[in-house]
Parts: sequence; C-alpha cells; structure tokens
Amino acid sequence: VAKVDQLNVSTSGAPGGQPMLFVHGFGCDQHMWRAVAPAFEGDHHVVAFDVVGAGGSDPAAWDPERYSSLEGYADDILEVVRELDLRDVVVVGHSVSAMTAVLAAVAEPDRFAGLVLVGPSPRYVDDEGYRGGFSATDIEDLLASLSSNYLGWSTAMAPVIMGNPERPALGAELTASFCRMDPEIAQQFARVTFLSDCRDALPSVRTPTLVIQCQQDVIAPVEVGEYVAREIPGARLAVLDATGHCPHLSAPEATIAAIRDFLPSAAPVPA
Amino acid sequence: VTRTGPSSDRAHSAFLDALVHDDPVALYDSAPCGFLTTTPDGLVVKTNATLRTWLGRETADLAGVATFGDLLTVGGRIYYETHLAPSLLMQDQVREVALDLVRADGTHFPVLLNASLARGEDGSPRAVRIAVFDATERRRYERDLLEAKERAEASQREAVALARTLQQTLIPPTPPVIPGLDLAAAYHPAGHGAEVGGDFYDVFRVGADEWVVTLGDVCGKGYDAAIVTALVRHTIRALSVGERSPARVLSGLDEVLNRHDTDRFCTAVVLYLVRRDDGWEVTAALGGHPPALLLHADGQLEPVGGRGPLLGILDNATFAEQHLRLRPGDLLLLYTDGVIEGGRGSDMFGEERLLQTVRDAPPRPAELVAAVVGEVLDFQAGTLRDDVAVVALGVADGVRP
Repeated sequence: VAKVDQLNVSTSGAPGGQPMLFVHGFGCDQHMWRAVAPAFEGDHHVVAFDVVGAGGSDPAAWDPERYSSLEGYADDILEVVRELDLRDVVVVGHSVSAMTAVLAAVAEPDRFAGLVLVGPSPRYVDDEGYRGGFSATDIEDLLASLSSNYLGWSTAMAPVIMGNPERPALGAELTASFCRMDPEIAQQFARVTFLSDCRDALPSVRTPTLVIQCQQDVIAPVEVGEYVAREIPGARLAVLDATGHCPHLSAPEATIAAIRDFLPSAAPVPA
Repeated sequence: VTRTGPSSDRAHSAFLDALVHDDPVALYDSAPCGFLTTTPDGLVVKTNATLRTWLGRETADLAGVATFGDLLTVGGRIYYETHLAPSLLMQDQVREVALDLVRADGTHFPVLLNASLARGEDGSPRAVRIAVFDATERRRYERDLLEAKERAEASQREAVALARTLQQTLIPPTPPVIPGLDLAAAYHPAGHGAEVGGDFYDVFRVGADEWVVTLGDVCGKGYDAAIVTALVRHTIRALSVGERSPARVLSGLDEVLNRHDTDRFCTAVVLYLVRRDDGWEVTAALGGHPPALLLHADGQLEPVGGRGPLLGILDNATFAEQHLRLRPGDLLLLYTDGVIEGGRGSDMFGEERLLQTVRDAPPRPAELVAAVVGEVLDFQAGTLRDDVAVVALGVADGVRP
C-alpha cells in the first residue's frame, strides 16, 4: 500500500515549483496549515499529509512496532517524498514533526533543500545542562492522564463544525476527525514524542534550517528554540511576537513572512 | 389578563423576586457553573465567584496574572496547547472537553468545559469564553466504566480461552495417524468462539487395523452442553470396546442418554472400519444425523450411514446400519449440520452447495476438509452462526499389499 494513500496526502499549488512539504505535529491534522500553506501555492508545489493515526490517515497504517520511535515517523516523511518523487524539498514541520523532519533530512540529505522547524523541541524532559521545560514527573503526569482520562482524551473534541459568517470557507471543509485520534495511538504517540531525545541528530543536519519560535510557548520554550538553532550548523532563528505552540494558527502572517524570508537560502541548487 | 386571588399574587411576587436575583451580574457571579474569560493568548481576564470558590482562588491571583494553562495539570496544559487552542482557532469553539483544573491547594478538580472564541469585527480573535462544569462524579463514573470495560474484556478473553480448552477436550488434539487411512478433521466454533459448542468428533482404535470414527452434535451450546458432549464421546468409546456394530453402539448411547438426567438430545454418526486388501470395510450407522457423503473415485456421490432417529428421545429406538467399502480414490465425508444450515441472512448454505464443494475439491481428505470449511466460512463472512465439525477419510496412498 502506498504511503501517499495511507496518509491522506494532498497537493496544491504550482506542480512545477519547488516542493514544500507541511507536516503537522501531535494533535489535530493537516488542516492546521490552512492559514499558512496557501500563501506558498503561487510559486511552490505544496504537499501536506496526515501523520499516522491523525485526521484522514488510514487506521490500518498504524503499526505499534514501526511507530515505537520517531524514526518510524521520519520514514513516513521519506516514503512520501520518494513516492511523489519530490526533490529539493522544503519541509515545514511543526512540534514533534519538526524533529522527524530533522531525522529525515539527516538520513537522506540529498532530498531536502530546506528545513523549517516550527516550535521544535529535541527533548522535552530536563537533563543535566539542558532545560526542556518539563520534569520527568511532568511527563509521567501527562502519560498517566492519557491512560486514566481515556474518555476525555478520545472524545474531547466534539466534531462541531460552526458556520462562520465572516469566514465562510472555514469550517465547511474541516473534517469531523480534526483533532481526534484513536486513544491508543495518541497514547503511544505522546509517549514516543515526549520521551524522545533527538539532540544528537542536530549537529548532523546539512540542510539550511530556519527555526520559528513563539515568544511564549509552554511546550517548547524560547531557550529550547535557541538551543536547536545553535546546535544545527548555520540555522537561523526567528522568534515571533506570539503566544502558544501554534504560530501558524495564532500568527499566520508573521509565520508566512519568516518562511518567505528564509526560502531564498533553501533555493534548489542548479544541477 | 386579570389576576385575582392569593395564589396568583404569590406567583407574581415570586416572579418579581426572581427577576431581581437573576439580574445578569448576579447570575454571572453565582451561576451554577464556572465562567472564565481569557485573552486569545490565554491570559485570564475575568472569572465568576462560582469558579473562584471551586478553585479556592482570589481574583487577585487570577485576573491579569494567571494564564488558563496555569490552572491546568501539566498533562492538561499540553493537551490545551496541542489540541484545544488549535481547535478554538480553527473552529471557534470546543465542547465537552474533560480536563482537571488545579485548586489553590494543589488538588485536582475534574471539569467538563465548553469554550468559544469571540472575534472582533475584523475577524481577529478577541476573547475566549469558557464555561466550566463540575464533573467530579461523572469522571469517577467514567473511570468506573473504563475499569469495567477492561474487566469485561479480560473476562471475555478468559471465557474464550476456557471455551477453547474445553472444546479441545471434546476433539482429539491432533487426528491420530492411522496406517493405511488418510484422515483430516476440522472444528470451527460459532461466533467468536466465546462459547463452547456441542459439536464433537473422535477417532480411536479398537483392534489391530480396526478403528472407530465418530462425529456428532449435542443440541445447545455452553458448559451444560459440553458436559453431555463429554458423556456422549466417552460412552461411544466405552461401548465400542468389544462391540463391532455401530448400530448397537448407538442403541447403547441412546439408552444412556435416555436414562441421564438431561433433556439434551444428540445426533451422531459412527463408523467402524476394518482394513481389508487395498482399502477399508466400513460399517456405518447414524442417529438423527445428516448422512455421510461417499465420493467415489469416478466422481459419483452417495449419501451413506443407514437410518436412525435422534439420540436421547425415543424408548427402544432402532438403528439400521450400512456396509460399504472405501476403495483407493474414494472419499468419505462426515459433517455436522452447522455446515449446511449455516446461513447468510435467510439464505442457507444448503446441501446443494455442499455437494458442489465436494465435487470441486481436490480428492484428498485434507484438501476436502479445507475446501468445505473455507466455503462455509466464506458464505458466512467468517463468523459462523453454528459450530462446524468436518472429518474426511480416504485410503492412504501406497497402501496396496
């Protein structure tokens, strides 16, 4: 079975343009990019997919073994890129998918021309000489609440789709699955995400990289974004005057501007 | 409308009284749910008294100081940032979200909340309004439900394992290897196998080159039926010691069942086989059971097994046996009624389909059994309405003296 079918891949924009691959993080699905991705459709081949277990991905694609580490998610990015035969790809990854994008780019540097890491964190749990923002106890609390609050997590998002007179396009296209995930998959995804440590991969990145960081982000604090930008050779850091973990939703214009600014450094190298 | 009498006066003054107490400001503060308004970033702007009482917090600790995330557990905060905040921005509202708020003393307060995002005239987010409902009891109930679900799933797994174990005592673990006889057998339980079925088969030796093959069906399912099935199987074994007539074995079984304190009846077919020359001499008898099918090497199909009534019903029932020969290339198929009575809607698998399957199958016992079971499973989309037992016999290759 092709990964592009399993992961509900959608493409838009200029078919001949440089590919931009948008990968959402833990929570919700590819619709998260709706305020940002269209801005690049004029000159880029825009591709997005639903991470396994999320949104419109095929439940049969889930495999606890394959997704027991972030490598499985990184392999999905590589498979999508290969199946669509994308080259000089700019990956825009949010949250945990920023890290799987890093792993993918380290594994196959030739495929990628740029990395845009939105709210990345290579490690959430504090370590000696490193502040991830969470203690080990905090993450245990999260994982415990995932298992004990089964109903709350599985059905927290009632599939309410509101008509919005100001923005009629919004809502109608949202699927009922937005922000819903099979609780067992969500639980393992959270475990793999929040217990991961990708710090060692950062210095191996050879792809031009932009880190987009919100001024206030409890999931990935500014110092974590600074750490990522420092560890990846040549990476640039854009700190947005925004709050929360999803600048592509809360500050889409600033996010678009930061990416636009970066794109020339990720231009395809002429063969 | 004219109001007269003391009772409508009372209603009128109660109405006025309620108006005063339901004044919007008073209602906001003392509503039976908590209210909370934050900036789109989550900074708390306003709370009502109900919420502050629940949380044991003062306005001074909240408004302009705390974010909504500060009122959540760490797990809840991550959930808020990764699920709730995006949903609010995308859909302008969320409903029935289960979260724990943290009280001033650090204890958790389980709530259900609805939230909506208010936008300004230009469409930009202005404020998040959150209504909070005490869900302490509901959460406890949900936890109980979840535990009950886990227990039920564990019990279900145990029941299936127990049913399988019990079922395995009713059929030989592996069909025995009989010199000169090629034999294959299969059993498939009804449904998901949680219940032990009444079908059984058995193969055992009664002398040098003398064997008994039997297959049958005790009516009903479950442990009660399994007890009778065990009785039937062991009775056939016991009666077959020194008794070479399947008809007399069935008479004996019939009497045992009639005297047994059960109203369950049973059907069975019993074959007595003796090896002769290049094949087997077979004596067959049955009680209330679908006849066995003899498929000759030339493709002819013949129902065999004699005649006899259901077992455990009539006094002094008689059973007529049939003698036949199993020659090289012949096949003999025994099956329970789950094969032909298995249905798909009102459509039954039926004898015709069985005969066709037998004709089409490769002429070897293992393949014949696989074909019959496969067709029956396919017909019922993999989930059987009744359990199914199938035994097939043929003369083994290279048996000629």
